[in-house]
Amino acid sequence: MAQAAVEHHGGGSEHETTTGLPNTKLAMWLFLASDCLFFGALISTYVLYRGRGIEGPFPHDVFDIPYTSVSSFVLLGSSLTMVLALAAAQKRDFGRMRIWLLATALLGMTFVGGQVYEFTAFHREGLSLDGNLFGSTFFLLTGFHGAHVVIGILMLLSLVSFSYADKLPEDASFPVEMVGLYWHFVDIVWIVIFTVVYLIPTKPPALPGG
Amino acid sequence: MRKRVLWVLGLAALALALAACAPNASQDTLNPQGPYARELKNLFVPVFWVAVGVFVVVEGGILLIALKYRHRKGQDRMPAQTHGNTRLEVGWTILPAVVLAVVAVPTVATIWDLASKPPANAINVTVTGRQWWWKYEYTDPEMKTAAGGQIISANQLVIPTGRTIYLTVTADAGAGSRSDAGVPGFAVIHSYWVPEICDGKQDAVPGHENHIKCQADHPGTYTGNCAEFCGLNHGIMKLEVTALSPHDFEAWVANEKLDAATPEPGSLAATGLDTFMSVGCIACHAVRGVEGAEADAAPNLTHFASRDCMVGCLLDNQNPDDIARWLHDPAAVKEGVKMPNYHLSDDQIKALVAYLMSLK
Amino acid sequence: MASVSVPSERARGVLRRPTAVTGFWSWFTTIDHKKIGILYGATALMFFLIGGVEALLIRVQLFQPDGKLLTASQYSEVFTMHAITMIFLVVMPLSAAFFNYLMPLMIGARDVAFPRLNAFSYWLFLSGGLFLYSSWFLGGAPNGGWFGYAPNSTTDPTPGMTFYAIGLLLTGIASTAGAVNLAVTVLNMRAPGMSLFRMPAFVWMGLVVQLRLAFSLPIITVALAEMLFDRRFGTHFFDPAAGGDPILWQHLFWLFGHPEVYILILPAFGIISEILPVFSRKPLFGYQFVVFSGIAIGFIGFGVWAHHMFAVGLGPVANTAFGITTAIIAVPTGVKIFNWMATMYKGDLRFTTAMLFAIGTVMNFVVGGLSGVTHAVVPSDYQQTDTYYIVAHFHYVLFGGAILGLFGGLYYWWPKIFGRLLNERAGKINFWLMVIGLNLTFGPMHILGLQGMIRRTFTYPESLGLTFWNEVATVGAFMIAFGVLVFVVNAVASFRHAKDAGADPWDGRTIEWSIPSPPPIYNFEEIPTVHALDDFWHRKYAEDKSGRLVPVQAGGSADAGEHHVDGHGIHLPGPSYFPLIAAAGFPLIGYGIMYHWWMAFVGAVVVLVGIFGWALEPSAE
Repeated sequence: MAQAAVEHHGGGSEHETTTGLPNTKLAMWLFLASDCLFFGALISTYVLYRGRGIEGPFPHDVFDIPYTSVSSFVLLGSSLTMVLALAAAQKRDFGRMRIWLLATALLGMTFVGGQVYEFTAFHREGLSLDGNLFGSTFFLLTGFHGAHVVIGILMLLSLVSFSYADKLPEDASFPVEMVGLYWHFVDIVWIVIFTVVYLIPTKPPALPGG
Repeated sequence: MRKRVLWVLGLAALALALAACAPNASQDTLNPQGPYARELKNLFVPVFWVAVGVFVVVEGGILLIALKYRHRKGQDRMPAQTHGNTRLEVGWTILPAVVLAVVAVPTVATIWDLASKPPANAINVTVTGRQWWWKYEYTDPEMKTAAGGQIISANQLVIPTGRTIYLTVTADAGAGSRSDAGVPGFAVIHSYWVPEICDGKQDAVPGHENHIKCQADHPGTYTGNCAEFCGLNHGIMKLEVTALSPHDFEAWVANEKLDAATPEPGSLAATGLDTFMSVGCIACHAVRGVEGAEADAAPNLTHFASRDCMVGCLLDNQNPDDIARWLHDPAAVKEGVKMPNYHLSDDQIKALVAYLMSLK
Repeated sequence: MASVSVPSERARGVLRRPTAVTGFWSWFTTIDHKKIGILYGATALMFFLIGGVEALLIRVQLFQPDGKLLTASQYSEVFTMHAITMIFLVVMPLSAAFFNYLMPLMIGARDVAFPRLNAFSYWLFLSGGLFLYSSWFLGGAPNGGWFGYAPNSTTDPTPGMTFYAIGLLLTGIASTAGAVNLAVTVLNMRAPGMSLFRMPAFVWMGLVVQLRLAFSLPIITVALAEMLFDRRFGTHFFDPAAGGDPILWQHLFWLFGHPEVYILILPAFGIISEILPVFSRKPLFGYQFVVFSGIAIGFIGFGVWAHHMFAVGLGPVANTAFGITTAIIAVPTGVKIFNWMATMYKGDLRFTTAMLFAIGTVMNFVVGGLSGVTHAVVPSDYQQTDTYYIVAHFHYVLFGGAILGLFGGLYYWWPKIFGRLLNERAGKINFWLMVIGLNLTFGPMHILGLQGMIRRTFTYPESLGLTFWNEVATVGAFMIAFGVLVFVVNAVASFRHAKDAGADPWDGRTIEWSIPSPPPIYNFEEIPTVHALDDFWHRKYAEDKSGRLVPVQAGGSADAGEHHVDGHGIHLPGPSYFPLIAAAGFPLIGYGIMYHWWMAFVGAVVVLVGIFGWALEPSAE
C-alpha cells in the first residue's frame, strides 16, 4: 500500500470520482485505519503483558526517559518540516520542497538512529528480544514502529530523487501530501507508544502465580 | 425434483429419529448419568425443539413457495414487482429477537448456576493435563497419604457416587517456548471432558485454573477425552472416571493412602524393582515409599495395579501383555510419546511387569 | 482512476512496458480486473480440488474405528491443511474472484481503482498459497490446526507452523491490499447515478467484506508475527513459563477469526441476493433491509469473538455477554432468510442450476444458523464445543452456505465471464450430488458430536458406538466429490461450445448483463448513467397503465452487444511485469526468515525492484 502513494501520482486530480476524494487519498486513509488496528493489537499486547514478566530487566531498569523524550521531539519536529514541504510543493517551489523533504527524512533518520542506539544500550543492560517477556513485547512494538519510520524515510527520499529526476507528476503536491499523511500517522502512533511504554509507570512485577 | 427434496428431508428426519435411539454410545451428552450433565441436557433439549420448530417453518415455507410459484410451461406470467413491506420486515426482525430473548433467560440462569460454589462436602481434585495423559491430585485434607503428601493418580479418576467432585483443571506452565531448543514443550492447552457426568468441558490452560463439577448417580465407568487439540496424540488422550459406592470409595481411599507394596525378596517383582531403579524409569516416575523414585514428570505408579487404564487410557493396566508391549517400545504404541525406549530385554520387561502388577 | 485516462508523457523507463493483452504470457502481466478475477477463480478451484482430496483422506481415515490410513502426525497435517486451504485458498479467493470480476461491471466502472495493485494482490496470494504447500516438501506441513492455538503451535518441533505463520502473513498482506483496492473502487468509481442505494446487494456485501478484511486482518497479522517471533527468535509472547499467556493468542486469533467467518459467508449472501430475484422475476424483497442487515452483521461480527472460547474459563460475566451478542447476530441473519423467502413468494420461479444452488444455500445455511444458536446457549456449548457438533455446524455454514452460494455464482455468471453456458443437466446432477452429499456428510456429525466424538481426532475406538454415522459421513463425502467432478467436466466441456450465451441469457436485472459476454476489455463502451436499482431491468421493462410490467419496445432489451465498437479512444492502463516481480520477492523473504538471511535479503531487493519499477513505470501509449 505504501507504494501506492508514490505509484499513483496524479491521484484523482485528473478526473472525477464518486466521493470527490482522489482514489489514492481514500486508499491511504483506509490503509491508515487498518494500520491503526495493527498498532492497536501490538499496543494491546504490550499493555496486557505490562508487569507480568517474571524475569528482569524491567522497564524501570533500562529506560532513560530524558533521552527518549529528546528523540521523540525530533520525530515530532519532522511533522513540522513535512508540513512545510507540502506547503512548498503546493506553491510549486520545488527547491524548497526538496529541502524540507530532506530535512524530514533527516529527522526521521535521527530518530531511527537514536532508536538503534537505545536498543544497543538496552541490550548491553541485558534486555533482549528472547531474554524475557518485557524484552519481547518492547522490541516487537517499537521495532515495528521503527520499520514504519524506515519505510517513511524511503518514501521521502524517493520523492526527493524523483523530483530531481523530474519524474513527479504535474501536481507534485499530491504524492507529497500522501507521504505526509503516512508520516503524520507514524508520528501520532509514536506519541501513543511513547506515552504507554515510557511515561506510564509499570506496576512492580507480579510474583509468579500472583 | 420436488420428490427428491422430500426424499432428502425424509432422510434427515430418519437420521434424527435414529439418533434418538443411538446404539450404546458410551460418552453420550444426551444420556446424562448425574445431575450436572443432566442440567446441561435439560437446557439443550428445549432449545433443540425450538430450533426444530423454526427449522420446520422456514424450510417448509421455502419448499411450499418453491412448489407453488414454480414456473409452468406455456405460462408467461410477470409477477407483481413488490419491493418490500416495512411492517412485515420489522415483524420478522422482532420475532426472532423475541424467540432468542426467551431462550436467553434459562441460558443466563444456567451459566450463573454452574459458576456457583460447589457444596461443602464436595471432593476437590486438581487435574493437570500433560502430553498426553492426566494427572489427578486429591487436594482435600482427608486425602493425605501416610507419608504426608496427597493422593496422586493418573488417567483414571475414582469418585464416590452421589457427591459433587469439584475439579480444578490446569496445565503446567512448562519450560520455554522455543521450538528449536530440542526438548518439545509439554505445556499445551488441553480440555477435560466427561460428557455423561460433568457440567461440560473446561480447558486446561497453562498458568490458568478452571473448574468443573461432576457427579455420578450410579457406580460405573464413564469415559471421556481431551477435547482441545493438544498435539498429535490429542485423539487418544482418553480418560476414565470410575464411580464407586461411598463404601467402596472409602476402601479405595484407604488403600491409596498406603505406600507402595514392597515386593517379596527374591521374587520376580523384586528383580523388577531393581530394574525399575536402574534402567531410568525413576527419571520421570514416582513410587511412593521407594527412595529415589520421586519424579513428577510422568504418572505416579504407587498404586499402578489398582487402576484400569494407562497411557492416556489407551492400554489396559490389568493386561500384562499391554504393559509389556508398552515397555518394549513406547513409540510403537503411541507416536511421539515422551517416554523413551530403553531397549529393555525380554527378561527385564517380564520383571518390570511383575513389579508393576504387584503395586496394588 | 487510471482506467479512463492515463497520465501521458514520461514514457521513459528501465523496461519496456509489456503490451500484449492476449495470449499465454498476457496472463502474467495482466492488470485487467476481469483476467485477474479469472486467475483468482482458477487458482481457488485448483486449491479446492486439493483441499477436497485432503477432506477425503480425513473421511477415509475415520470411515472405521482405528483407521490406519494416516498416522497421528500425518492426520494433524492433513486436517490443518484442509482448513487452511478451504478458508484462505478457496473461499476467500473464490469470493475475491467474483468481487474482482463483477464489482466494476456492476457499478459501471472500467477497472478497479488500482489495477496494478490488484495484480500484485493476486500474485502475492498465489505466492502465499504455494509457500504454504511447499511445506509438504520441506519438513512437514502445518500441524497445529488453522486456529494454531499457542503454545502447542509455538513449541511444535516440526517447521509446519512456521510455514503457517509466514504463509498466512503473505496471503494477509495480499488480502489487505485487495480489500483497500476494492473498497476504494466501490466507494469512488461508481457510474453516474449509481448511488450507494442503487448498488446491487452483491456489491454491498462486497463492500462490507472488504471493510471487515481491512479491519480484522491487521489483528491476525500481529498475532502471526508474535507466533513467528516465538518460534524463530525465542520471544515469549505465548510462553506461560515467562509470564506470557496463551489466551492472548486466542483473543487475537478470534478477533480476526470470527469476522473472518462472515467474510466467508457474506459473498455467498450477496450472490444469492442477485440470483433469487432474477429467477423469481421479482426485485429483492426489502433491499434496504438486506443491505442494513449485512452492515449490522458486519458490525456485530466484531463483538462475538469470545463465543469460540466459552470453555476457556473467561468467567460467567464474559460468557453471558458473548452468549447474548451471539444470539443478537442471529437476528440480522434471520432477516435475510425471511427476505429471500419473500423474494420468491409469488414469483415466477425458474429452477435453473444457479437458482437451485441459491435455494440450496438458504436451506442448508438455515441448519447451520440454528445449530449456531444452540452454541449461543452457553452451557449447552460447554458440551458441544470441540466436538463434531461444531464440525457439523460450520460445515453447514461454510459448505452449505458459502460453497453452495459460490457454485451458484459460478453457474449464474459463467456465461457472462466466458460467453458460454454451462450444461444445465450436468449442473443439476452436480447440485443434487452436492446437496445430498453434504447432508449425508455433515448431518450425521451433529449426532456424532452429541454422542461424544471430539474434533481433530485421528481415530476413535469401536466401543464408543460412533462407527455407523462415521461410515455414512464418508459415503456422503464421496458423493460431494462426485458432484465436484461433474462440475469440472461441465466446466471443461463448456469451452468446446461456441460463445453463444448472448449478453443476457437469464433476463438479468443488473447492468453487467447489458454488455456483451464476455465483456470487452474496456467493459463499457460508454459509461452508463444509472437511474434506479436494478437499472438494466428498468431499461427492459416498464409499467403500463394498469401497473403491469411490459417489455420496453425499442432498443431496451439485451442488444447492447450487437453493434461492435473497437473501443477506440478509451485509454486503459497497460499490462505490467512489476506486480508479479514485487510479489515474487515476498516468499523469498519468508524462506529467508526460515533458512538463510541472504535469501531474505535477495527477496527484499526483488520487492524493492518491483516497487520502484512500478512507481517509475512509463505508461503505455
